[in-house]
Amino acid sequence: MTEKNLYHRHLVSMEDLSPDDVLQILQTAEVMKGVSEREVKKTPTLRGRTIINFFAEPSTRTRTSFEIAGKRLSADVINISASGSSLSKGESLKDMSHNFNAMNPDLLVVRHSKAGAPAQIAKWTGRLVVNAGDGRHEHPTQSLLDLMTIRDKKGSLDGLKVSIIGDIANSRVARSNLISMRKMGMSVTACGPATMLPVQIGRMADHVTTSLEEAVEGADIIMMLRIQTERLERTVFPNVREYARLFGLNSERMKKAKKNVLVLHPGPINQGIEISPDVVAGPWSVILDQVTNGVAVRMAVLYLLLGGGLNQS
Amino acid sequence: MSAILIKNGRVIDPANGIDKIGDLLLDKGKIDKIAKNINAPAKKVIDAKGKWVTPGLVDIHTHLREPGFEYKETIESGAKAAAAGGFTSIACMANTDPVNDCASVTRHILDKAKSAPVNVYPVGAVTEGLKGKALANIGELAEAGVVALSDDGKCVTDGEIMRNAMDYASMFSLTILEHAEDTRLACGGSMNEGIVSNEMGIPGQPVAAEDVIIARDISLSEYLDVPVHFCHVSSASSVELIRSAKARGVKVTAEAAPHHFTLTDEACRGYDTNAKMAPPLRAEKDRLAIRRGLKDGTIDCIATDHAPHSEIEKELEFECAAFGIVGLETAVALSLALVHDGVLGPSGLIDSMTRKPAQIIGLDRGTLGTGKPADVTIIDPDMEWRVEPDRFISKSRNTPFAGWNVRGRAVTTITNGKVVYAWENKTIT
Ligand SMILES: [Zn+2]
Repeated sequence: MTEKNLYHRHLVSMEDLSPDDVLQILQTAEVMKGVSEREVKKTPTLRGRTIINFFAEPSTRTRTSFEIAGKRLSADVINISASGSSLSKGESLKDMSHNFNAMNPDLLVVRHSKAGAPAQIAKWTGRLVVNAGDGRHEHPTQSLLDLMTIRDKKGSLDGLKVSIIGDIANSRVARSNLISMRKMGMSVTACGPATMLPVQIGRMADHVTTSLEEAVEGADIIMMLRIQTERLERTVFPNVREYARLFGLNSERMKKAKKNVLVLHPGPINQGIEISPDVVAGPWSVILDQVTNGVAVRMAVLYLLLGGGLNQS
Repeated sequence: MSAILIKNGRVIDPANGIDKIGDLLLDKGKIDKIAKNINAPAKKVIDAKGKWVTPGLVDIHTHLREPGFEYKETIESGAKAAAAGGFTSIACMANTDPVNDCASVTRHILDKAKSAPVNVYPVGAVTEGLKGKALANIGELAEAGVVALSDDGKCVTDGEIMRNAMDYASMFSLTILEHAEDTRLACGGSMNEGIVSNEMGIPGQPVAAEDVIIARDISLSEYLDVPVHFCHVSSASSVELIRSAKARGVKVTAEAAPHHFTLTDEACRGYDTNAKMAPPLRAEKDRLAIRRGLKDGTIDCIATDHAPHSEIEKELEFECAAFGIVGLETAVALSLALVHDGVLGPSGLIDSMTRKPAQIIGLDRGTLGTGKPADVTIIDPDMEWRVEPDRFISKSRNTPFAGWNVRGRAVTTITNGKVVYAWENKTIT
């Protein structure tokens, strides 16, 4: 493998990666998955390296996943979360960036509620940055783990038909996947209520529809997005009941789907709203695989960006 | 003897239909005469060969930040920046702290302005505290000397208040300068809503947020037969609304800011907060429509919307950063591009930066007519220079044009017969 390709590059957007880069990460992630299945789940590749996990937005799943990934590669992982950091004391992101530098990290993993914050931290620190989700912009490692899950089950990515269903406008998962999936030769349908489809979505997706039936029928992959009910109910859609009726995926609707369809959800799930419990538990569901692959993909990203392979060769 | 004789320049005075090579004599703070060849005793003789000699430029839209935000700009620093940019008269918006919504604040500004190198004209608030709820002390403001009314920075979103403000202000011949933005529709957006905001994941403001207010105010103006002026028009659809209103004879006027006819929302990529302003940079079709609007007179004038901010407000997450950029020191170069690109002739450009803006706020300036105040700007239309924010005279550096190589600038600025700015070093880079 040519680890050099990704060595010392940021991962802020899926735009940063070529199809070859994506494949390299996925192949490396398969190896990493093997490490995670061993009795001793650790390799010394990133020993002596320091990774800061900066999470300025609550997230147990992604933070834990990055933390496990870093530790399995033997890196020193420092967790800084918004509540425990000086962010709450009114310190600006730029000030914080200078403080991060004082810790001399090799790489920063950044989760932030505002789009662009990881790119800005990269600029202000001059360090490697991996975006762990920024506002409604992107969530590249989520996209990578989705691709890994799909590739594991389907053998390849090229030519698959994907339907992403839900709040496309506010979803960083949708945004990263719209970029990466089309890059990998998949055909992407964006589906949701008209109020959740951003303007000019036609320039970002291959097909756009407000019909759930149309999105389900013929899809190889169905990706359901989490709906932020608290924030959007009443103004963006009338109520949860109507959302579930029009855009909720249930086993009745799955009858129209392909036999070998896969159902993904980035979690956490609003059971009974965007997806019903029987669909979550159904044979098509790969939601648990997504979680497992999350650690492997993040190990691969950290390994490749920090040149873990280069050290040993 | 205080006379200044400017020789051999291309004298452009659209108000009097003049565009010819000649001399201009200023005496006792007034325009004395324009002639092919003047031989008169003068304290100072300026050779303007190859340069344009124009009325002092007028900017009806600046934010000087004093009182309240002196760390961003003061009346003095803003006026000096204006002089360096070729402006001799500037109007300053009311969104200071305290807001210029009563005579004491107006008097404070005018007092500070006495020692400024250019003429500073305060704009009063439309509503108390810019809150959009109650009318400001408009009669008192008029008496104290404001030249127009505006809640700029904010829109007068309440239609009833706007109707009454227009009606009431007309008693004092004060025009309202509207910052057209339906705040509910703009919905907290930080940039133009479109493909770029989609890709960046930044909440956007649709052009409709601007258009609906412009449409509303056109209706009010037509209904009440009272003038209204639109600040910084940024969308193609707004230009069209104004064009059709003017064709019907509605008393509307409009300005465009140089950034809106120079840049598009593409400039926001990389989360450059110096490309964040209100209204936001729009799409290419909007940029071109602004240029067409200037060309056919739909848009009357150019105004900078000079909005200084410090790093504290700008070096932040894109969504948290303040709206606005400085503009006084780059306006001439960016506007001259309209001439270089064939959008406007020299006379058309100068008209949109002198006579027309002066007329909108009722200033007896912006011309080289005999006996008028001796406000003169000498412009080198071809000088190439690089925009270096560290060299700005403004206190603030928030510009998206840093590092740009531009063409043309003011080289001498004369206010009331006094040279207030002179650019000597031509090779500065
Ligand atoms: Zn404004």
